[in-house]
Amino acid sequence: MKFGIIRFPGSCDDIDAFAAAARVGEPVLLWHADHDLQGVDAVIVPGGFSYGDYLRAGAIARFAPVMAEVEEFAREGGLVLGICNGFQVLCEAGLLPGALLPNVSLKFIFRQVDLEVVRSEGPFTGSCGVAERLSIPVKHTTGRYYAPDEQLDRLAAAGQVLLRYAPGHNPNGSLRDIAGVCNERGNVFGLMPHPEHAVDPLGGSTDGLRIFESMRAHVERHVLA
Amino acid sequence: MRARVLVRPKAGILDPQGQAVERALPALGFEGVRNVHVGRLIELDVDDPDRLPEMCERLLTNPLIEDYEIVESADADSIGSSAGAELREGSR
Repeated sequence: MKFGIIRFPGSCDDIDAFAAAARVGEPVLLWHADHDLQGVDAVIVPGGFSYGDYLRAGAIARFAPVMAEVEEFAREGGLVLGICNGFQVLCEAGLLPGALLPNVSLKFIFRQVDLEVVRSEGPFTGSCGVAERLSIPVKHTTGRYYAPDEQLDRLAAAGQVLLRYAPGHNPNGSLRDIAGVCNERGNVFGLMPHPEHAVDPLGGSTDGLRIFESMRAHVERHVLA
Repeated sequence: MRARVLVRPKAGILDPQGQAVERALPALGFEGVRNVHVGRLIELDVDDPDRLPEMCERLLTNPLIEDYEIVESADADSIGSSAGAELREGSR
């Protein structure tokens, strides 16, 4: 299975995402200015500060040439994973519901948090246990998930909330402790925590691998089969 | 055409930046200050001001979390100097 990791000017977690994807499949780097996804089976929009995050986090990156291809890929049902800045980019692009606001503390936060798996099925969390807890780091200044109340109700009812911060672990004031949401169809997923930083025992946790393993299992079962 | 776009956090959305400023002012002896909100100001010269709303919707703001107000001024130089008067007169 081939993962494509997009590199924008200002991306900084592209190499960790590349290394994480290499543990479960074959990664390739995709350049932001190319109109080419190189036939990948899944796209990862990594963390960092794309285009300096000028104006708003992710606001400029969503107009990068490669994003036209990503939107087309998502429309066709391809798997797209947005991590941290990647989550912000996908929200700005309208591929995911909601928006990310500055942390309530107004501080940059870098710490390990516990996440609760809300749905242990589907392309991104299918390899997780039911109600499993994942220990994964967050590192961001703009990670407070926001959507209007009625939209939050709809997201919960439709099963689009895949991950929540465990009680007492919400680091940024995200509404309803939401850590990661997917689109209605379930093929685009964004989260603020960094699963790619939790793939080696040396880092204290390998729980992040579940996300990449879930993606591989889904693609092998539904796309490559 | 010189224009300014005033961007504000939408009413009802928690604005920790505004709260921080509101808490800081009394510490300096400025009592009686309420409802502080911190937004953004974007100034630009545009050939076709009719396209400003579209610019705001597509890039300059995120309509889900921000409100905007477009203030136009035919005289580019006046904006920097008498900002307060311009804003009150030019708001729409």
